[in-house]
Amino acid sequence: MTERAGALVRVRTVLLPPALAVLFAVTLCAGALLVSGDSPLAALSVMITQVGEGTTAVDIVNSGAIYYIVGLAAAIGFQMKLFNIGLEGQFRLAAAVAAIVGGSLALPAGLHALVVILVGIAVGAVWAGIPALLKAYRGVSEVISTIMLNFVATGLIAYLITPGTFGVLRGNNISTQPIPESGQVPGLSFGASGEVFGLVLLAALLGVGYWFLLGRTRFGFELRASGESPTAARAGGVDARRMVIVALVLSGAVAGLAGLPELLGRDHAYTLTSPQGYGFVGLAVALLGRNHPVGVAAGALVWAFLDKSALALDNIGVPREIVLIMQGSIVLSVVVAYEIVRRYGLAAEQRRVAALLRAENGARSEVPS
Amino acid sequence: MAGAAATSEYAVELAGVTKRFPGVVANSDVHLRVRRGEVHALCGENGAGKSTLMKIVYGMQQPDEGTITVDGAPARFRSPADAIRAGIGMVHQHFMLADNLTVAENVLLGAEARLGMGSRARRRIAELAEVVGLVTDPDGLVERLGVADRQRVEILKVLYRGARTVILDEPTAVLVPQEVDELFATLRTMRGEGYTFLFISHKLDEVRAIADMITVIRRGTTVGTVAPDAVTSRQLAEMMVGSELPTPQHGETTVTDREVLRVEGLRLAAEGGGRAVLDGIDLVVRAGEVFGIAGVEGNGQTELVETIMGMRRATAGRVLVGGRDLSRASTLRRREAGIGYIPEDRTRYGLLGTQPLWANRMLGHQSRPPVARPGRFGLLDAVAARRDTERIVAEFDVRTPGVEVPAAALSGGNQQKLVVGRELSGDPVLLIAAHPTRGVDVGAQAGIWDELRRARARGLAVLLISADLDELIGLSDTIAVLLRGRLVGTADPATVTPEELGASMTGADGPGSDRAAAS
Amino acid sequence: MTTVRESQVLARRPRRDGAGSRWRRLPGWARSALVVAVGVGILAITATLTGQLQLTSSGTAQAAVQLLLPILFAALGGLWSERSGIINIGLEGMMILGTWGAAWAGFYGGPWAAVVGGLVFGALGGLLHAVATVTFNVNHIVSGVAITLLGMGVTQYLSTLIFQPLSQNPRQSPRIEAFETFSIQPFADLLASVEAQQRVLLSDVAGLLGGLLTGLTPLVVLGILLVPVSYLVLWHTRFGLRLRSCGENPTAAESLGVQVFGYKYLAVTVSGGLAGLGGAALALNPGQLGYLEGQTGGRGYIGLAAMIFGNWRPGGLLAGSALFGYVDGLQLRAGGEAVHALLYGGTLVAVAVAVWWVARRRWLPAAVAAGSGLLVYLVYLSIDTVPREFAVYAPQLVTLLVLVVASQRLRPPAAIGVEYRRGDGG
Repeated sequence: MTERAGALVRVRTVLLPPALAVLFAVTLCAGALLVSGDSPLAALSVMITQVGEGTTAVDIVNSGAIYYIVGLAAAIGFQMKLFNIGLEGQFRLAAAVAAIVGGSLALPAGLHALVVILVGIAVGAVWAGIPALLKAYRGVSEVISTIMLNFVATGLIAYLITPGTFGVLRGNNISTQPIPESGQVPGLSFGASGEVFGLVLLAALLGVGYWFLLGRTRFGFELRASGESPTAARAGGVDARRMVIVALVLSGAVAGLAGLPELLGRDHAYTLTSPQGYGFVGLAVALLGRNHPVGVAAGALVWAFLDKSALALDNIGVPREIVLIMQGSIVLSVVVAYEIVRRYGLAAEQRRVAALLRAENGARSEVPS
Repeated sequence: MAGAAATSEYAVELAGVTKRFPGVVANSDVHLRVRRGEVHALCGENGAGKSTLMKIVYGMQQPDEGTITVDGAPARFRSPADAIRAGIGMVHQHFMLADNLTVAENVLLGAEARLGMGSRARRRIAELAEVVGLVTDPDGLVERLGVADRQRVEILKVLYRGARTVILDEPTAVLVPQEVDELFATLRTMRGEGYTFLFISHKLDEVRAIADMITVIRRGTTVGTVAPDAVTSRQLAEMMVGSELPTPQHGETTVTDREVLRVEGLRLAAEGGGRAVLDGIDLVVRAGEVFGIAGVEGNGQTELVETIMGMRRATAGRVLVGGRDLSRASTLRRREAGIGYIPEDRTRYGLLGTQPLWANRMLGHQSRPPVARPGRFGLLDAVAARRDTERIVAEFDVRTPGVEVPAAALSGGNQQKLVVGRELSGDPVLLIAAHPTRGVDVGAQAGIWDELRRARARGLAVLLISADLDELIGLSDTIAVLLRGRLVGTADPATVTPEELGASMTGADGPGSDRAAAS
Repeated sequence: MTTVRESQVLARRPRRDGAGSRWRRLPGWARSALVVAVGVGILAITATLTGQLQLTSSGTAQAAVQLLLPILFAALGGLWSERSGIINIGLEGMMILGTWGAAWAGFYGGPWAAVVGGLVFGALGGLLHAVATVTFNVNHIVSGVAITLLGMGVTQYLSTLIFQPLSQNPRQSPRIEAFETFSIQPFADLLASVEAQQRVLLSDVAGLLGGLLTGLTPLVVLGILLVPVSYLVLWHTRFGLRLRSCGENPTAAESLGVQVFGYKYLAVTVSGGLAGLGGAALALNPGQLGYLEGQTGGRGYIGLAAMIFGNWRPGGLLAGSALFGYVDGLQLRAGGEAVHALLYGGTLVAVAVAVWWVARRRWLPAAVAAGSGLLVYLVYLSIDTVPREFAVYAPQLVTLLVLVVASQRLRPPAAIGVEYRRGDGG
């Protein structure tokens, strides 16, 4: 019976902060809209109704899946209190190299796509491996080194896709060699409502894999233990250096998959205008979802929903950037909310347990430790 | 006994001071009188109430009953600032220095208003540095200073703020003998200039060397105040420890011939040079034996335990368990070889506070059944972990509403019982128990002792580190004393007296020093 | 906090160091001057031997000054924040806010208003970071990332609202008025003439020095002045001592009566203001006057890296900013070939470092330095020019390299990143 109560308390602790954060962000943006002379209610209604129109719902699922992948990558790092800000560089470089490799091979269908996926994973892993080794062996902060590597990745990508190296000129755009049909991944078509990327399935699988890894494997346990208490983890036999390296490399490997749904399902080539910015979305979504496989998924969908709202808002004359403010303030307020809820939560839990025990057995005296 | 004439003969007087905390009385009816210009020592065991008393004198705590008188005038200190204003300064055992700041900056921080930060301040610092015997450049970083010099900086800080009475909390705990001599020389000089010292210590030989008067405190009350030449160290130890002999409940001996743990020549050098933290430790623990190590904190117990567990890399020496050389093995391998570990600080080293109890069951055991699934995939069995946690909760009487509760929600005693239960799971061959009943209530303590005895009867070898003499004498088959990184004496718990043990632990002369060093 | 168990004796460093101990006896300014002299010498040699005169031209130096300014402000911002114990990854976001504030104020009030506008907007960002990290104990990096996101969002939103009617472009503000530039005469002209004479070493020095004295704006002077001012305030005043103690040992500081929370708030807000000034510097850059979406280009982060490179000291971070500004200016003006020539210079630096280690009788580091020098030389020989795409990011690569090499000798404030709760100090 008390287990149920405990579970309810935990649910409240987990869901309350994001709910509070969203509420706060919505209020903030409503205020901003009023200041600029628009109607918050109209904005909200447009944002909600647009889900049913056109391809919006499918777009949300597609983008959500991508954000989910990169969010999981961020979450793996966060479990160990590692900030993989390099997700941006890792996913883009992986997508670019995978596109180049995919465009220059000719393999039977299925195998071709698989190879491209593996290349993406490998490149992401390697690009994250550099800051991992630097941190483990030279103590270089992964925050700065990954930020610098993001820039270098941009340069590397630009170099790789110039027509001189691996790219071709297509109209006004520079692009990699298009991936032939054998390498493309078909999607699920909903007719006029759009087409869901085939690799959305991959995102779901990754989510399951993440849940499994974290909850059911020794590695996942050691990862979480290292993040919570490095001292207890060390006493419990965890090798800290190895953990740092594996965590960051794994994070990069997963990030390497983030660019693939669009690459293999829609664009079939990497261009100068290929998507970017997912790296920071991943960090935000992981924070929103508190590194929990379902939470991150929910966060990813919410983020994608907000993204798509921008267009709808545009149509009624509301500056679409209000969405950016909403997203930014959600991130900040959710971490603040978690801290507040945590402070009250732990104290309440201790009191509750103590009260329960006192009720059972009467008071006991204890030597202060 | 020098001393400038003051309004009273006594610098500090405590009368009838009592301080209670929820569940425990820290000080009860304490009487203390410190003459001006005197070095007055306060002696007592761990947990006797010395630190609480000093916090009261320094204004960090307020007494529930009793009076404090400073220089003849009644005083009420609501914070350390009040005490500082009254001329009392405290040098803590754990220094409060910022490594990256210079000596002068550390001294001036918070007191910049007194003499500014320019040449007047620096002149004063130079004067006081001479008084305390500090010969380093005031613009040098504190990081470069050795422990003895850091202590001088702490004393300097206190003097700079106008203290005439200085409280020193275990000042010699971190010093090597030559540094102790230097410190005492400094104290004598300063005493000649009218400073008063209140000196907290366990180390009876040192206390007798420097103190003008000694007050002994035990279980929160003053036992007596004596002059050092009127009493022997053994008598002092007796006052500190009490002459009750805890009954060793041994029954038949369970010690076998089979060696489980052998430590040979274990050395651990200190960072940056100086006295080695572990200086050639040799010991053997057999199956069915509890090997107790006595010693005051700071003599190397923590480091010994961590080195045996593989959390620190020894500079020299070997660690063998069941005949296998584990000197280069990782902590996990050592645990897999059958070593259980009850750390002395369960919050930092033993538990994951936000995780449920069943997750904590897995800590340290994540590569072995029942927590780990068979096979080499590294999978965990949460159901089995929950089940086994429930077994531990039942067997070890862990008071908890369930196994899903986060570990931090349990009381200290129940947390410890959980840790003990976990570490005794899986049939370990060797258990390293560091202060296993610290912070545990009496009932739980007895329960843990019973479990340890039962495990020992089944053939478990136990290395027990403890500062609790009841525990040591009551559980151990052999007792050795760790002093400054060396094992300096073995004793038979059936015949040793608490005062002998106390004397050995504090380095005082006595029969204990006649015994051969441990082998 | 030094505990009984966790530290035994520190102290004596082995004195078999040869050149090392002689080096340490030199006063700080002499050491820096020596390093700068060696650096300029290497540049001069490289310029002469590779024919890349742009390496030491006044044009490059001038560009370097313009480019180092935002980085310098960001680095100073990082310094003030981190010295009080708060990591500030949000400098980028605060800089973005600064560019917007500067453009808005500058449009209506001229360049000085732009400076104030940048300062205020950046400081607001800093205040937000302070609230999150100090009062709510949010993890510093998380808060910084969130504020950068927020900064981007808020400025884009406000641009659409306010700038679009004025400039017809939501991503850009209308042009604002720039500062009038001035040069320090008669030195600038004198040096220019020496430079024109193409004399070995003399002209190189004249070129670099001359560039530093031409085309200056009040903002440049402000930025440079803030370096010694920061030093004096943080290391020679009571305020500065207390602020630094919050970043070194907040527990000890609180026990000595320092208002840790207050100092942290102030430090982080100042940090934001400085980043905002960096934004103002960008908005007042003659090449691109006003606000442009994306104009910060990661300079907030580079400023942070410059601060780390400078070992959390004002002089060091000036050197770091100068290094990045120089590399940036070089690649902008002279392209990949000049950066290629830098590789040659890099080899010379590696050789010099190896010689230095040999003088100190440390063979392993000497071997590592020599080996790296050889590697760099091989790269230099195998390519003709550094591709533009890499040249553009040369400053970031240099940052990474410096971090790898220097990480072990860095001394950040001891309590950096610690989520401090009031009352921890008893």
